[in-house]
Amino acid sequence: MSAVLPRTAALPGPHWWLSAPALVLFGCLLLVPLALTAVLSFNAFDAATGVKAGEFTLAHYAKVIGDEYYLGIFWRTFWISALTTLICIAIGAPEAYVLSRMGSPWRAIFLLVVLAPLLVSVVVRAFGWSMLLGREGLVNQALRLLGVAPMKLLYTEAAVVIALVHVMLPFMVIPVWTSLQKLDPAVEHAALSLRASHFTTLRRIVLPQVLPGILSGSLIVFGLSASAFAIPGLLGGRRLKMVSTVVYDEYLHELNWPLGAAIALTLLLANLVVMLTYNRVVEGAYRKSLG
Amino acid sequence: MSTRNGPLALGFHTLVVAFMLAPLLIVCVVAFTPENTLSIPTTRFSLRWFEAVFKHPDFVQSFHNSLWLALSSATLATVIAIPAGLALTRYQFPGREALNGLFLSPLIIPHLVLGVALLRLFALIGATGSFFWLVLAHVVVITPYVLRLVVAAVVGFDRSAEHAALSLGASPATVFRRITLPMILPGVTGGWLLAFINSFDEVTMSIFVTAPSTVTLPVRMYMYATESIDPLMAAVSALMVAITALAMLLLDRVYGLDKILVGHR
Repeated sequence: MSAVLPRTAALPGPHWWLSAPALVLFGCLLLVPLALTAVLSFNAFDAATGVKAGEFTLAHYAKVIGDEYYLGIFWRTFWISALTTLICIAIGAPEAYVLSRMGSPWRAIFLLVVLAPLLVSVVVRAFGWSMLLGREGLVNQALRLLGVAPMKLLYTEAAVVIALVHVMLPFMVIPVWTSLQKLDPAVEHAALSLRASHFTTLRRIVLPQVLPGILSGSLIVFGLSASAFAIPGLLGGRRLKMVSTVVYDEYLHELNWPLGAAIALTLLLANLVVMLTYNRVVEGAYRKSLG
Repeated sequence: MSTRNGPLALGFHTLVVAFMLAPLLIVCVVAFTPENTLSIPTTRFSLRWFEAVFKHPDFVQSFHNSLWLALSSATLATVIAIPAGLALTRYQFPGREALNGLFLSPLIIPHLVLGVALLRLFALIGATGSFFWLVLAHVVVITPYVLRLVVAAVVGFDRSAEHAALSLGASPATVFRRITLPMILPGVTGGWLLAFINSFDEVTMSIFVTAPSTVTLPVRMYMYATESIDPLMAAVSALMVAITALAMLLLDRVYGLDKILVGHR
């Protein structure tokens, strides 16, 4: 027995050769490139000669944290993502509730109508919004009919937030909808029959039940908004930069790859920190609601 | 319409639905304009901008690139996700959780970060502009989608038929081909279609790792839209919407769109 054991231990089990192709691919095209980029972000850079492979510096990270231009862009990315998240909560949570109270077949149909744009390319949706929000777009024409002077919407923060809300809303509706499915309608009926007002029922019965859904939806929406690229690229114009569009500039226009890598990795790190702390909060909320 | 929603709720719902559909409807309508500028066709519809798309060599080439890219990367992702899904669900081994986390990580790593990371790798190994490496890059991004559906299919799976076949002397390969694969097929095809859509739509990572000869349709559209906005762009967008809708219809047939979108929690 003891003579057989080392031999079987040395032979990889079927789970290893079954997952080997995926593991090799993810190692070569995910882990190695991320490690290379981490190294690159510490490499010294010279505008005339390019990346200096052997020299290491913290200058790029110092620039990201210390330079007002980059700080401003991180701050803008943060507040645009936070605002998008808040609006998604304000629209997505009630919409999921309204959907869950519909009868069939409307419930299934409208759920698809709200969620299906998720599968349409984000470039198409950004282009659609640029047509709606342009100087002569439908929104300004409608405003003119109402007697309001046309506004500059395209290439402003407002346009970016509107389009981001459109892209992110399904990510809020899905978790709220899922948690509403677990809500027993009898509890709601009981509250109403005990003379609780509709508002009280919503606040005391429905809201605590969907809170975990809202929290996990917020997490996804915030994370995806903070790293969104095509929306700020097409609706923010040349001047209104967000983190991802700046990374694009550093890589493809300034050709300062190390600085671009430092910004991208800072974004990744910030995203992971937000997600992990938020996860703690969500878990805490779950534990509290379960007693 | 049997509903318990009040008029206020229904009004709100109507606004949300209008908001969600507005940008998609406007591109589809404007694509049929006979004018030279972006405008809503009022008197008649024209197909001239669709013709213009098919005569535009850059868009035609990008469309071919995107189609082949999505077909090959979705297929390759499915081929590696099936064994990986079987390994993750049927075996308990140290490192299983880590492996699962690694295979699902492209869902939470921003595509921007994946794009710059792969650009660095491709520059070092001289793979920039190679279609083959672009396919592999897409496989990494879309494998999680297939894997999740394969795992869901394998988990809800009665193994008695497999055991019966094995005890009757069937080889493991035969069991996989004749029993396992047919039983998880809805999950596999659903995953393939979802992967196809996600590869076909991907822009943020692709914009970093495509070269002029391998530019995909969404990247081409992005570049075109940053420079000029005309009905040609609307026509391409309408075609994209049509292709996505077709894929969604298939997805609904083979797997159920609601199950894909809302998940199986």
